[in-house]
Amino acid sequence: MYIEVQNASKTFLQNGKKFTAFNDVSLSIEKGEFICLLGPSGCGKSTLLNAIAGFSPVTEGSVKIDGKEVKEPSVKNVTIFQNYGLLPWRTVQKNVELGLEPKKIQKEERHKIADKYIELVGLSAFKKSHPRQLSGGMQQRVSIARALAVDPDIIFMDEPFGALDAITRMKLQDDILSISKQEKKTIIFVTHDIEEAVFLADRIVIMTPNPGKIKSIVTVPLKGHRERTASDFLQVRDKIFDLFNMKHEEQIEYII
Amino acid sequence: MKKLLSFKNIVISLLILLAIWQIIFSLSSFDSALFPSPLQAFQALIDMISSGVLISHIGSSMYRFAMGYVSAVVTAVLLGLILGRLPKVFQYINPAVQLLRPISPMAWMPFIVLWFGIGDIPAIVIIFIAAFFPVLLSTVSAVSGIDPIYLKVSKNFGIRQPHIIWKVIFPASFPQIANGIHLALGTAWVFLVAGEMVGAQSGLGYLVIDARNNLRSDILFADIIIIGLIGLILDTFLKVLEKQILKSWGGAD
Repeated sequence: MYIEVQNASKTFLQNGKKFTAFNDVSLSIEKGEFICLLGPSGCGKSTLLNAIAGFSPVTEGSVKIDGKEVKEPSVKNVTIFQNYGLLPWRTVQKNVELGLEPKKIQKEERHKIADKYIELVGLSAFKKSHPRQLSGGMQQRVSIARALAVDPDIIFMDEPFGALDAITRMKLQDDILSISKQEKKTIIFVTHDIEEAVFLADRIVIMTPNPGKIKSIVTVPLKGHRERTASDFLQVRDKIFDLFNMKHEEQIEYII
Repeated sequence: MKKLLSFKNIVISLLILLAIWQIIFSLSSFDSALFPSPLQAFQALIDMISSGVLISHIGSSMYRFAMGYVSAVVTAVLLGLILGRLPKVFQYINPAVQLLRPISPMAWMPFIVLWFGIGDIPAIVIIFIAAFFPVLLSTVSAVSGIDPIYLKVSKNFGIRQPHIIWKVIFPASFPQIANGIHLALGTAWVFLVAGEMVGAQSGLGYLVIDARNNLRSDILFADIIIIGLIGLILDTFLKVLEKQILKSWGGAD
């Protein structure tokens, strides 16, 4: 297995009290998979993502990527945040080049790589703009381009489309799905949006709170591009709704 | 249009000031050697300009100001960038800074004159002290208040010390640092005059003392106006510069 989470737990000290973000989580992910961590707030999905990404390692159990214990973030695994994390004083182009600078790549080569990925996310016309001049959706595209520019093995996405309006979100979902197929990256994607998870994931990891744990893992039987209104899509979505007990039992009254 | 309007405001405001001055002069019974009219002060100003006295005093004042202010800003920003990243160290330094900060730089004057003598150095040191603390404290607070996501992103992309200071920490905290630098300019200018009144033989502050000793209230008033004018010009200049830099920083507005 490529990513191996074994009996992992994460506890924090909060005002002197021990708080368990997630408890005894085990999960295996293969190279090239698109995994969604899905659950309500407080289920520890973001904390689990941060643990695999190396920002805040687990307190018990182990997280291994490619056989190596994860202790700190790596350039090979890039995280995309909900609030984009762009540097506002840099232009779009300089933001995309950020991760290339420590790699001692020649300036022309850097420009070339940045150009390629800025074009991939459709922002060539905004190369010289600053992040503040762009809409939220465009800013998130920049941070996707910045992540792809360093050619990472894994991309972590922490509710990346959570701050966007519904239409923009769907457009970006389309884009990230085609990018993930085209660039063949392993993607771990945190969301609380069931439709988003069904639309994107190869497998959906369903988490529940108090304490955070994995309730079940659903393999999405849909392949390639998905239609949000197709019956097989709705079927999978229904199944997930069921798992969250979100569907009300129909109370049928009989009158005889 | 907006600029034109603000220019009009400046002219009217200055005319009101002049009118009040003239009215007080006309009504008061002070000897004109003790309280000059605007015209007398203006005459003194023209005399000083044509004789070249004014420009040489302005020259030595600006030299001291530039030396003291620039060196204070550079040291305070560098120190602030380091201390802002070391909160554990700063908590031991902060109390001492808070103790030294409210002391008027002028209180150090006797020591400064004893150690450095009369000349350029006392005024430079006074300006240094005056500008140093506001810049240091605003830098420390800016650096420790950086959005943690910038640090997370830099860590993720493998940007390490010392690059992270120039690539991320300084630019991220720059808008607030610039604010401190701007604030310190006014304070430093105020203390330049004070410093030169005691520890110098030239400059706009010395001119104040010299005019008093010669009972030339017209020169004194002309000098005061020049001090105000240069302060205003410096402030405007920095305001424009700050705006320009912030614009290339991605624009706060």
